[in-house]
Amino acid sequence: MKSNPIARLGDTGLYVLTDLGRMAFFLLHAFRGLFRRPFRVRELVRQVHFIGAGSLVVIFFTALSTGMVLGLQGYYSLNKFGAEGMLGSAVSLTLIMELGPVLTALMVAGRAGSAICAEIGIMRISEQIDALDCMAIDPFRYFITPKFLAMLIAMPLLTAVFDVVGIFGGYIAGVGLMDVSPGSYIQGMQSSVTNHDIRLGIIKSFVFALLVVWICSARGYFVGVIRGAGFGAESVSRVTTQAVVFSSISVLVFDYLLTAVLL
Amino acid sequence: MTSAIAFKNVVKSFAKRDGGIQYVLDGVDFSIPAGKTTVIAGGSGTGKSVTLKLVLGLMQVDSGQIFIKGRDVTALRGRELEQLRAEFGVLFQGGALFDSLTVFENVALPLRERTKKSAEEIQDRVATTLAQFELTGHEEKYPAQLSGGMQKRVGLARAMQLQPSIMLFDEPTTGLDPVMSQEIYHLFARTKAEFGFTSIIVSHDIPKIFNLADQVILLHNGKMDVFGSPEEIQWSEKPYIQEFVQKTMGDIYQSHLVE
Repeated sequence: MKSNPIARLGDTGLYVLTDLGRMAFFLLHAFRGLFRRPFRVRELVRQVHFIGAGSLVVIFFTALSTGMVLGLQGYYSLNKFGAEGMLGSAVSLTLIMELGPVLTALMVAGRAGSAICAEIGIMRISEQIDALDCMAIDPFRYFITPKFLAMLIAMPLLTAVFDVVGIFGGYIAGVGLMDVSPGSYIQGMQSSVTNHDIRLGIIKSFVFALLVVWICSARGYFVGVIRGAGFGAESVSRVTTQAVVFSSISVLVFDYLLTAVLL
Repeated sequence: MTSAIAFKNVVKSFAKRDGGIQYVLDGVDFSIPAGKTTVIAGGSGTGKSVTLKLVLGLMQVDSGQIFIKGRDVTALRGRELEQLRAEFGVLFQGGALFDSLTVFENVALPLRERTKKSAEEIQDRVATTLAQFELTGHEEKYPAQLSGGMQKRVGLARAMQLQPSIMLFDEPTTGLDPVMSQEIYHLFARTKAEFGFTSIIVSHDIPKIFNLADQVILLHNGKMDVFGSPEEIQWSEKPYIQEFVQKTMGDIYQSHLVE
């Protein structure tokens, strides 16, 4: 390490810039992979199955518990003003605009994002990616672009499932356990949720999908050149942790930005 | 004699941890004759694998040029580089087999992705190759279920699928026992006789590897010394080469010298 603090700062600055450049390069290549032939449809289907269908259980339980907690909490707060009739509206808006996209993205980053990062990282350190390059097979077209596309397909669908299950969970808590009337729960939801709100949720889920798959696959792809990652199996475990942390943080940051801009 | 690969004043360095710069190749010139076997030897960390990666365009040079069949690799990008790489077959140190694909799928991959052959043609071709490399009956196994020697054979079978004109071998016998290594050498000699490719072998397995060599390149401190034959190395008067000979070849080769 350099001892001079200014040199160290400059060194870190250069590293961060290089890293950002690498990330941009990676994204560009991932999109270019869309236009290269032959497109691997079966790989895409396999990935949608892995990311989408494979995440259903964790999404279902997260959504159900979130919805039920929202139902109880919402009831508790609204009851103070005698406004428990608004529960359906409160639960569904919170889920559709905020918690649905965010929690889905966080769960998917933890479950599928980590797997994507580790898989690509292992392919990198065992020279499988070099082997593809040497056979003049574009690794992006071959297996990275399908992961991108699969994530962009699966995440909005998972978010939709999250929203529906969550709203149902709120219904169980509010109507089943407390004394909100079924009619007012449904009615409140229908009258307050607009197309604009749903669109915001969908846009968020697309953006989060891109962030998660981009960060996770690029961290794995560049495992050998990431500072402080070390070597071998340990380097893969470190970049995987880093990928999940970075993608989760960026989801939260972008959630705020998108809400601020699009609300 | 035409050269398949030529390095012209190639420099490649890496930043060291302490902020210094280590020159792995420091203005290197050499050429690899077409149709012959060149062995690149040298201690660990002398840049043998880096040399291979430079040839393939997997790493960029700091300065200098690398000509492959007359084309400068260092100036190629994207599609042109891809086309050039189709000239190469590479056997990686660890085999670099795709561990989520079976043996059959691994060997079929270059054909599926790079050619327009039908499924039947590919099936036939792969079956023939697997028989050639004595891998029949292992088609449905995954790389993790194979021995080290078999993995190398699968790697070689895969590398040969597109009939490359230049084969690169990165430590072909590392991690194998002497019997297996011998088997790999025989396999090399056989395929080489059959296909007549230009080959570069990077290896520590000295002196055995010299049995395959038409030309030997020794790497030391960023410089290269080229020898026409393994025997020539022993006649060299450079102290570091004498030391290298003493360390790696030992008394067996020395005794020849004394006579």
